[in-house]
Amino acid sequence: MKEPNLTDYAKLYQQFDWQYVRSQLAGLPNGKGLNIAHEAVDRHASGDLRNKVALRFHRKKENVEDYTYGDLKTQTSKFANLLHGLKLKEGDRVFSLLGRVPDLYIAALGSLKFKAVFCPLFSVFGPEPIFQRLSKGDAKVLVTNTSFYEKKIKGLLNRLPSLDFILLTDSSDDLDMKALSLTKLMEEASGEFIIPSTDPEDPALLHFTSGTTGMPKGALHVHQAVLTHFATGKYVLDFQKGDIFWCTADPGWVTGTSYGIISPLVNGVTSIIDEEEFDALRWYSILEKQKVNVWYTAPTAIRRLMRMEIVPKEKYDLSNLRLVLSVGEPLHPGAVSWGQKAFGVPVLDNWWQTETGGIMIANYRSMEVKPGSMGKPLPGIIAAIADVEEAEIKIYDQPENQGHLVLKKGFPSLFRGYLHEEERYKKCFKGNWYISGDLAKIDKDGYFWFIGRADDIIKTSGHMVGPFEVESTLMKHPAVVEAAVIGKPEPSIGELVKAFVVLKEGFEPTDDMRQELIGFARKTMGPAVAPKEISFIESLPKTKSGKILRRLLKARELGLPEGDLSTLEKG
Amino acid sequence: MTEEEIKTTIFQLLQRIAPETDPSRLMPEENIREALNIDSFDALQFIVAINEKLNVDIPEEDYGKTSNLKSLLAYLTKKLKE
Repeated sequence: MKEPNLTDYAKLYQQFDWQYVRSQLAGLPNGKGLNIAHEAVDRHASGDLRNKVALRFHRKKENVEDYTYGDLKTQTSKFANLLHGLKLKEGDRVFSLLGRVPDLYIAALGSLKFKAVFCPLFSVFGPEPIFQRLSKGDAKVLVTNTSFYEKKIKGLLNRLPSLDFILLTDSSDDLDMKALSLTKLMEEASGEFIIPSTDPEDPALLHFTSGTTGMPKGALHVHQAVLTHFATGKYVLDFQKGDIFWCTADPGWVTGTSYGIISPLVNGVTSIIDEEEFDALRWYSILEKQKVNVWYTAPTAIRRLMRMEIVPKEKYDLSNLRLVLSVGEPLHPGAVSWGQKAFGVPVLDNWWQTETGGIMIANYRSMEVKPGSMGKPLPGIIAAIADVEEAEIKIYDQPENQGHLVLKKGFPSLFRGYLHEEERYKKCFKGNWYISGDLAKIDKDGYFWFIGRADDIIKTSGHMVGPFEVESTLMKHPAVVEAAVIGKPEPSIGELVKAFVVLKEGFEPTDDMRQELIGFARKTMGPAVAPKEISFIESLPKTKSGKILRRLLKARELGLPEGDLSTLEKG
Repeated sequence: MTEEEIKTTIFQLLQRIAPETDPSRLMPEENIREALNIDSFDALQFIVAINEKLNVDIPEEDYGKTSNLKSLLAYLTKKLKE
């Protein structure tokens, strides 16, 4: 087995320098700055990797579609040119609502070339979450397919006045002045495009994430984030020449963009993309047939695979698999050792979030694994545990203290703002520290251990759901007065979204009503956000100032102590 | 149990999970998850519900055989005869 890129964690951590990482990237020709798409595509397409497969798509019908670095350069240039033709300006926002199909990847990288800001949406979202994000993100262009357009977008158009164009991937003709055929535009566009000067601090990507108190926040990342994508690819994903890599995440979540698109390309390896959803046998056969070397997946999938009675390495040839990694929620200790038995390598957990843009804390191939721990900070990242008070922050200097997981500002991929929400952005920082919102501790050997969320945000199937977003949508139903939403622990997906609903007078808390509300929620929000369980309740527990006490509902649901109730309004 | 009865049960269970849909309009070879907007958690709930209602155990490795109505019906009919 090849030696890892990172052989001595302590040494690299001490010597690490972001300037050195920058020097390993090409930069735009003639000192014109730093652009993610140039590092990911164009520089390889003009060199030895021109004919190397960059992206290999496993389409739904099992057929495989390859794009070399050379192909990607041409296609993404065409996309950049068509944005120019549509009179977009630098900084305008281009969204996608697509499954894992080639057009999504081409649109992402083409937008970055043009210096538009790209925002991929999870295609399972229903109309309401889509509207919230397109509207808050001032979307100018949306790339989608005819079916999503008809089902989810058309009805929103009168509420989205600044959305100029919808580009349809599967329509050979324009539907009207707004809904255009992407196929036609791509055919007409030139395959040559010169990336304009790009300041490393120019905005590049927008990812929405959920908040506790308000609607989703749009975390903005800059082109310089590519330094983190490159460094983590090298040291955490251990990309080596000729590697085949498979990240199972959807680009609708940050993992699927940072590691499903950018990081492998920047490192010049071949990336596998499966259009289908999880299917155990299909996945094992992809690992075998494609000779995957490095596999980045999620605990939800690992748990499903663990339920099967087979020992994968006995049934499938997984001898090429060098590294298996997991992210999304803490990986339980049993999965680490299961990996060893199933694949011959442990499953390595790591931690990061939308705001950090890339992996921050990780287990490394060369470092002893402590099952259940998220590992140690990436070289170049200073992480700590802190006591965060309203006015000040105190960093713990002794191990074993539980507190807020905080990161020192100043690394390239840290988000530069929440779009239009300066106040919410400022709230994430105390002095030089970014407050992640997660609680953790450090042990005496410097390993980090996840404890839980510091707020009410729900983590389900590896992604965040904000209770407020779900509550406000439920309250749009004519039978609902109020709603409170919590994350209820559920072994297969971490937490499931559960809603407590207060009905208006005249409506009965029947099973039919429950089904009606579940249907309504699924239709408006989509299954990724809608509650899986609904309970009816007479009234919601609130503080004297009127804030819903979600934690109390959660404690009652789980039969746990109710905690400090001094602020509870007696109803 | 007749094929028609199995079908009715499938529709009932699917509608329980996705009440806003009409599963009886599914085409035989249409992907159930896509057509009814069912995510992987819902899909697992569906498998559990089939197990409870029809007493048929569907192991993880057979999930691929449950993706459309035609293959699911064939699979369940065979299993129920065993």
